Amino acid sequence: MIEDIGNLFHGFAVVLQPYNVLLMLLGIVLGVIIGVLPGLGGANGIAILLPLTFSMSPTSAIIMLSCIYWGALFGGAITSVLFNIPGEPWSVATTFDGYPMAQQGKAGEALTAAFTSSFVGALFAVIVITLLAPLVASFALEFGPPEIFSVYFLAFCSFVGLSKEPPFKTVASMMIGFALGAVGLDQMTGQLRLTFGFPELLSGFDFLIAVIGLFGIGEILLTMEEGLHFRGSTAAINPRVVLQTWAELPRYWATSLRSCVIGCWMGISPAGATPASFMSYGIAKRVAKNGNQFGTGVIEGVVAPETAAHAAGTSALLPMLSLGVPGSPTAAVLLGGLLIWGLQPGPLLFVEQKDFVWGLIASMYLGNVVGLLVVLTCVPLFAAILRVPFSIIGPIILVLCAIGAYTVHNNTFDVVMMLVFGVAGYLLKKTDYPLAPMVLAIVLGDKAEESFRQSLLASQGSLGVFFSNGLVGSIMALGLVALFWPLIQDGWSRLHARPARS
Amino acid sequence: MNNFSQRSGRAGPSQRAVEIGVALALALLAVIGIAGSLQAGIGWAAEGPRAGFFPFYISLIVLISCGINLMNAMREFSGRELFAEWSQLRQVVSVVIPATIYVFAVPVLGMYVSSGLLIAAFMKWLGRYRWPAVLATGIAIPVVVFVLFERWFLVPLPKGPLEDWLGL
Repeated sequence: MIEDIGNLFHGFAVVLQPYNVLLMLLGIVLGVIIGVLPGLGGANGIAILLPLTFSMSPTSAIIMLSCIYWGALFGGAITSVLFNIPGEPWSVATTFDGYPMAQQGKAGEALTAAFTSSFVGALFAVIVITLLAPLVASFALEFGPPEIFSVYFLAFCSFVGLSKEPPFKTVASMMIGFALGAVGLDQMTGQLRLTFGFPELLSGFDFLIAVIGLFGIGEILLTMEEGLHFRGSTAAINPRVVLQTWAELPRYWATSLRSCVIGCWMGISPAGATPASFMSYGIAKRVAKNGNQFGTGVIEGVVAPETAAHAAGTSALLPMLSLGVPGSPTAAVLLGGLLIWGLQPGPLLFVEQKDFVWGLIASMYLGNVVGLLVVLTCVPLFAAILRVPFSIIGPIILVLCAIGAYTVHNNTFDVVMMLVFGVAGYLLKKTDYPLAPMVLAIVLGDKAEESFRQSLLASQGSLGVFFSNGLVGSIMALGLVALFWPLIQDGWSRLHARPARS
Repeated sequence: MNNFSQRSGRAGPSQRAVEIGVALALALLAVIGIAGSLQAGIGWAAEGPRAGFFPFYISLIVLISCGINLMNAMREFSGRELFAEWSQLRQVVSVVIPATIYVFAVPVLGMYVSSGLLIAAFMKWLGRYRWPAVLATGIAIPVVVFVLFERWFLVPLPKGPLEDWLGL
């Protein structure tokens, strides 16, 4: 623990080098822009910018990319409050009370509350990461293939059980992801599979292309269909409003703390920021004395979802860092970055790449402070971006996506694949297939398969190996509980309802 | 939610048809996956499970879930809910068609020229801007991208005849 604190301070020293501070600022600004623009989100924004970091040192690269992520998390709130358009799915719940507040001329208060609670949520999550990640990592160092597989199993089962999409659609989407990930060279036997003789498929489907297509192009198509015209209220935040709102915010400490916990929990188990924000909003509404006023512009209705979304978005990096299992698509893209920079995500990172890990954690603290200052001071600037008509912004986003897709492997075929993924993403989204599990499955497919096959190899094909000791057995059991959670919940409430009725 | 979509004058493909279409398309992918896995071998060899072992069962699960999704789609949707109106789909197609031309133009014309053309085309036909604005944006953006990527970040993008002619 003492050693970790020393490491953290060393991390601060790394982050405070002028070059890294510059990258941090650049990342935050780019991130907010990405968060504000429709069609660009944390995941595909980082995927597009990833190639720019190939020449940087991994620590500088992760500082910039993670700051883009924080920026995107902040940026989502701006469009929700001012334009009633959630820039990111996790900001949907912020529109419920944020936009009414803006309409009543309280946009400044709403934005200050949103940014501040985002900051609080993120800070809470970073502290959790600082304290827990090294412990989880040192614990996970002992894991063998069956334990590693069981962690993947738990992650994917949570998707099925906790997402609000129909379970079999989640399963279908996830398994398609695994199948896409399996295309190409089989890592264990060196055999080609599922390529059907097409040379383009030899290297398989890169998840970065999938992310850019599914989230970027798919989102542009959705925006076109909705025919959005951005008309919103203007907001300049002046220091007086900020101070007034800050004076008011401590009153909602209970909501805040609850939302932090919900967010961290949902972020670590890969349910993600979006359900966390809805859940937090829902609970805040149920608990609050003025619950019936929620939706008309209550400041608590902004605090709850924003805190939870940021806590979840940030804590999604905990399993990514300590176990190599990302908790969100954006964390998955960052994990893809680690692989490209030649780092092996997982528990060993904490032993072998101390500079990198603690630099990242330190940049989470500083990045969120810088982010808060940037968004509080530059809101009008970022809001102006949304006033650029979509007929200009749309094709520019498309071009950026294409450049991003090309630069992953310097391959023009990838640009075509991006468009295919984009159209598929549009159709899947319109038919309620969740995209996040598909992306995570493409990323983790190889590793999950490897651990699965290694386990089976050791046990001569018996599935019993996944229940062979207490640890792996209980993780697998947790996974099964998560998988069948809706059924369990249903059964539980039925059991309790019956005696009450009779 | 779907009440207003049933008003007269609004028409488009039904949600049910699209749901069925998506389920069938995914099922087709699953069948391809199963076929490919069988080619690679799904049994055991000396080195353990063979290459097709994992994808085979994965594809099988996809196929089964598609069957269930298909049944759910038939049961839940009456065929009256709209997927989207034709006018909305026209908007979507008006992006997909230029984007398709664009992705195939990139290898031929290079990233910069095709990007400029795409932006100009969008602004002219969807935004109905005047030519000066269209030309200015269509040229400025690729130049900015060029400076940013080729000069600053040293990431080369595909080039075409124009760049060859300019000797870049």
